[in-house]
Amino acid sequence: MQRIGVFVCWCGSNIAATVDVQRVAEELKKEPGVVFSADYQYMCSESGQNLIKDAIKEHALTGVVICSCSPRMHENTFRKAAASVGLNPYMVEIANIREQCSWIHKDKATGTEKAIILGRAAIAKVHLNAPLIAGESPVTKRALVIGGGIAGIQTALDIAEAGFEVDIVEKSPTIGGKMAQLDKTFPTLDCSACILTPKMVEAAQQEKIKIYSYSEIDEVKGFVGNFSVKIRRKARYVKEDICTGCGLCTEKCPQKKVPNEFNMGMDNRRAIYIPFAQAVPKVATIDPNYCTMLKTGKCGVCSKICGVKAIDYTQQDEIVEAKYGAIVVATGFNPISPAKFDEFAYSQSPDVVTSLEYERLMNAAGPTNGTLLRPSDGKHPHTIVFVQCVGSRCDGAEKGKPYCSKVCCMYTAKHAMLTREKYPDTDVYVFYIDVRTPGKNFDEFYRRAVEEYNVHYIKGMVGKVVPENGKLKVQAADLLSNEQLHIDADMVVLATAVEPDPSARSLATKLTASMDTNDFFTEAHPKLRPVESPTAGVFLSGMCQGPKDIPETVSQASAAAAKVIGLLVKDKLVGNPCVAHSDELLCNGCSSCEKVCPYGAITYSDKEFRMPDRTTALRRVAAVNPAVCQGCGACTVACPSGAMDLFGFSNNQIMAEVDAICK
Amino acid sequence: MQVENKEFKPLIVAFCCNWCSYAGADLAGTNRLNYPADVKIIRVPCSCRVNPMFILRAFQRGADGVIICGCHPGDCHYTTGNYYARRRMTALFSMLDYLGIEKGRTRVEWVSAAEGQRFAETMNSFVSTIISLGENKRLEDLRCKTK
Repeated sequence: MQRIGVFVCWCGSNIAATVDVQRVAEELKKEPGVVFSADYQYMCSESGQNLIKDAIKEHALTGVVICSCSPRMHENTFRKAAASVGLNPYMVEIANIREQCSWIHKDKATGTEKAIILGRAAIAKVHLNAPLIAGESPVTKRALVIGGGIAGIQTALDIAEAGFEVDIVEKSPTIGGKMAQLDKTFPTLDCSACILTPKMVEAAQQEKIKIYSYSEIDEVKGFVGNFSVKIRRKARYVKEDICTGCGLCTEKCPQKKVPNEFNMGMDNRRAIYIPFAQAVPKVATIDPNYCTMLKTGKCGVCSKICGVKAIDYTQQDEIVEAKYGAIVVATGFNPISPAKFDEFAYSQSPDVVTSLEYERLMNAAGPTNGTLLRPSDGKHPHTIVFVQCVGSRCDGAEKGKPYCSKVCCMYTAKHAMLTREKYPDTDVYVFYIDVRTPGKNFDEFYRRAVEEYNVHYIKGMVGKVVPENGKLKVQAADLLSNEQLHIDADMVVLATAVEPDPSARSLATKLTASMDTNDFFTEAHPKLRPVESPTAGVFLSGMCQGPKDIPETVSQASAAAAKVIGLLVKDKLVGNPCVAHSDELLCNGCSSCEKVCPYGAITYSDKEFRMPDRTTALRRVAAVNPAVCQGCGACTVACPSGAMDLFGFSNNQIMAEVDAICK
Repeated sequence: MQVENKEFKPLIVAFCCNWCSYAGADLAGTNRLNYPADVKIIRVPCSCRVNPMFILRAFQRGADGVIICGCHPGDCHYTTGNYYARRRMTALFSMLDYLGIEKGRTRVEWVSAAEGQRFAETMNSFVSTIISLGENKRLEDLRCKTK
């Protein structure tokens, strides 16, 4: 028989106002096995905890029931208190008489009666509790960062700075991500490449960082501290360690008509290419969809011209297997395609561009070398209309996204301002639903666009864009003056919504990390744990978690790095002892449990058993790896013979609770 | 509610998963949303931890209704637990219905940690269903009766 102590908390008046705490303590004192019972104003306070500790020592308690707030609140507090005086922390149970009793009932008699029943259930459970000891698992002191944009680079740099090895896996041939495509950054108008490329170089030169470019994640196994990851290094048909990045092949390749994705397809590159001049690693890559040699076997120009013989047409995808202690997801975003929005004539006229395309048109390294020219005829545009919220804040979300993409207001202000600065003869209109400028120096920036640069900001949405005689006829409504506007524009720029990278969904499945309805990764807690995913050991950085600008991305990246460092400095991780275990004598080896386990924690092996007739027999039995098991209990119900049970929530314990409640 | 049912205090057992529904129940408390005291919550790690035996035991011991609450489909903390719960309970509930435990006495609901309101509404509607169904006499084992 356990010796149980019951402690009823008043929680000031939170519990005591609707529950007669003295009576609860008295009634629970009568339960079998209860040798001590007390009530106190604040059990979680230091003196409350001392009361518990003293009672454990004085009455040699083997079990403790605390009738207080939710176990989600103070279970740990009380477990620690018990452990400090030598009682196994898993001998403590909480009866939730605040959130699930005193706060929802107004009548004192009802509340008291329910509190007593909840207390009885907890006592019944504690009778069957067994001391549990948490297992330990080692930590692999290496981190994996998935995605090599500014978020991934910053995270990797910070982790490497602390002295840990980091691998970056980037699916495109170079790191740098979307930020590499930007021209200037708001609100300071820093040149994006000038602040990003030194970081890219630093990442490449940092000894602790290894960059797997042009690679993807194939498989993730394991758990926090002990992930085992298969990385697919896609065949780039160029030997990465030999190629010097001289770029000769990219000039001589006869296949010239390949849309250049770095310039949003507004100009062409060759089939063998280096995405941009400052690419890291600066290594050529052959695009197998366009390379004549790979498609027909006839060409081989790049191989002939390469001085160091780096071209290898027979290269195959290579799988690298590596172990990591922590994984950071930094898969970033993509602007949505405006093709669904027919009213803006994006697919009808090349002069209707997205903001990222406009960014490339303004960029000195872009398709027009930084001169703003209309894509259709190469002439200088005189009237430019910017349309905001294309696909953002859409009701119903059939075509667009329900959320605000956060960065569009500011980059549109930037585009408008830069356009007016470079070409004061242009008329710039911005159509907006709301201008949202929360951020340091953001509103000042927007006001400068309006006041100093005379950008015409008009509240209202563009209804239709019609290409006609080389012009774009824009029909819009001015909501403030309630007028219909007709503007003959030379260019229309669409500030399209951002969405998570399409690869994120399958990655989330591999990581067993959860996503919200918009495919953004969810945080462990939206306010208090914003850079951790609910899956232990998986962290989030940048746009993959939600729309954010560069400074926010960088702060989140560093925050994720700090969390990773906090994990990697530990030599051992203490596991959750509430895991499943199998009774080998009952197990009949049916595999039902193995099939339902989402973590692959259950394995089967043949074991020798002594039979009643003194012979031995081999039997297939299940075993649970306590380091992998997360304690969901799916197997305990699937098991037909009742061999599987869960520590901390055993069949008998829950049955006892049911019995106590139904008494 | 109704006068004739004034005497009847149903006994309802609610199994709530630790990550979503139990937190949702806590939130209902934090927001002071009322639901009847007839509901007693048992915390389980996941809705898939609820063994059909627990439910049979509850009915045998005189429970008038049993409700299982878990994370919304797709949001399970353990990825797939609530799908198993849904399947198992669909099978169990139709079998119980065959045995005379009406479908209204058993329910599976999805309540997230942010849905305190939904938790309270669910409990209110479940309790009123049970009140209209009356006492569970079908599976109750008289030997278990203490009063």
